[in-house]
Amino acid sequence: MQKVYGTAGEALKGLLFDGMFIASGGFGLCGIPEILLQAIKDAGTKDLTFASNNAGVDDFGIGILLESRQVKKMISSYVGENAEFMRQYLSAELELEFNPQGTLAERMRAAGCGIPGFYTKTGVGTIIADGKEHKDFNGETYILEESLFADLSIIKAWKADETGNLIFRKTARNFNPPAAMCGKVCVVEVEEIVPTGSLDPDLIHLPGIYVHRIIQGDHEKRIEQRTTRPAA
Amino acid sequence: MWDRDQMAARAAKELEDGMYVNLGIGIPTLVSNYIPEGINVMLQSENGMLGMGPFPLEGEEDSDLINAGKQTITELPQTAYFDSATSFGMIRGGKIAMAILGAMEVAENGDLANWMIPGKLVKGMGGAMDLVSGVGRVIVVMDHTNKHGESKLLKECTLPLTGKSVVDRIITNLGVLDVVSGGLEIIECADGISDQEIRSATEAKIVN
Repeated sequence: MQKVYGTAGEALKGLLFDGMFIASGGFGLCGIPEILLQAIKDAGTKDLTFASNNAGVDDFGIGILLESRQVKKMISSYVGENAEFMRQYLSAELELEFNPQGTLAERMRAAGCGIPGFYTKTGVGTIIADGKEHKDFNGETYILEESLFADLSIIKAWKADETGNLIFRKTARNFNPPAAMCGKVCVVEVEEIVPTGSLDPDLIHLPGIYVHRIIQGDHEKRIEQRTTRPAA
Repeated sequence: MWDRDQMAARAAKELEDGMYVNLGIGIPTLVSNYIPEGINVMLQSENGMLGMGPFPLEGEEDSDLINAGKQTITELPQTAYFDSATSFGMIRGGKIAMAILGAMEVAENGDLANWMIPGKLVKGMGGAMDLVSGVGRVIVVMDHTNKHGESKLLKECTLPLTGKSVVDRIITNLGVLDVVSGGLEIIECADGISDQEIRSATEAKIVN
């Protein structure tokens, strides 16, 4: 079992094709697979569909793939921080499917668990429910949401061992585990690869079964909104 | 009339000891400044955290530690982190007792609109639809009227909905109203505001 690769380009080799569907972890710019996104930009793969909670900012995260016109469609819950995204969306160059945030996370998680769809109350009575199957359970109405089966998952974790067991750090975990689970292949970038056996098995956040390829890299980890309180 | 801070302070009175609560962006965020003495609540941030602490001191910001508004925050001794699917599992599963959030419009049957204005730039619903359909109690904090002086408490919402019949209580600059059978019930008037002033500023049916 050899999961560790030297570079992002090597780790993505043979996995990328035009028109593919990629699930990406991250929330805002927190916990995004910034090195893998750059490598996809460098590979020039086109007509991509991305399931990702957000779309980065103009020059970071998925924003760099929007700039190079490699993205055909986004499945996201909130995209407000990206001017180029809005420009492409308003000029109909880019498709956008808004998903409620929890529905998006569960569509990923469920796919990874072999569940093709699930019923939720989220969005009942709103435009999100248009065209979806409605079903009553115990006197309450739910809608059917279908799971997201991706060709590739790209995620960011804090530490991995050589078998792909992962540990995330603080709120950088966010969409990374569900995004990892929903792809046919999952590539993870981490801040540190540690020897197998050095992570406490009781404290693994995502078992290595979900992780196929690993790279270690230097992360910028940009802060989107720096907020502080005055010293007392 | 209440200002933003007074509305937040009034909303903070809704909190009970031991509650798990989600606070939205804007005035709801200010609620955490007014949590009454002796009341301990656990604040949930839907990007994957329970036990949210205050903003960090300058120089102590951590790019791995943000709230749902993408602002840098801090952790507390009781903090727990989890992934987004787990986070919305606890929201959808009714484990979060209360959400306090802003709104553009609320209807007399509890319909809520707070995510899009047709023809204007739509940024997305984020976690709002999941929150309002999942949590135990939904408290809206907003101005009673828009900038044209028109009521934001309506017979029916004109904007696309975030949730259908989801609002329990509305706290505005003029007072507090509950969504009850048949319409809204005035619970409390803001300082210096009469019952009559609330009625004349409200399009929705008031039942008491």
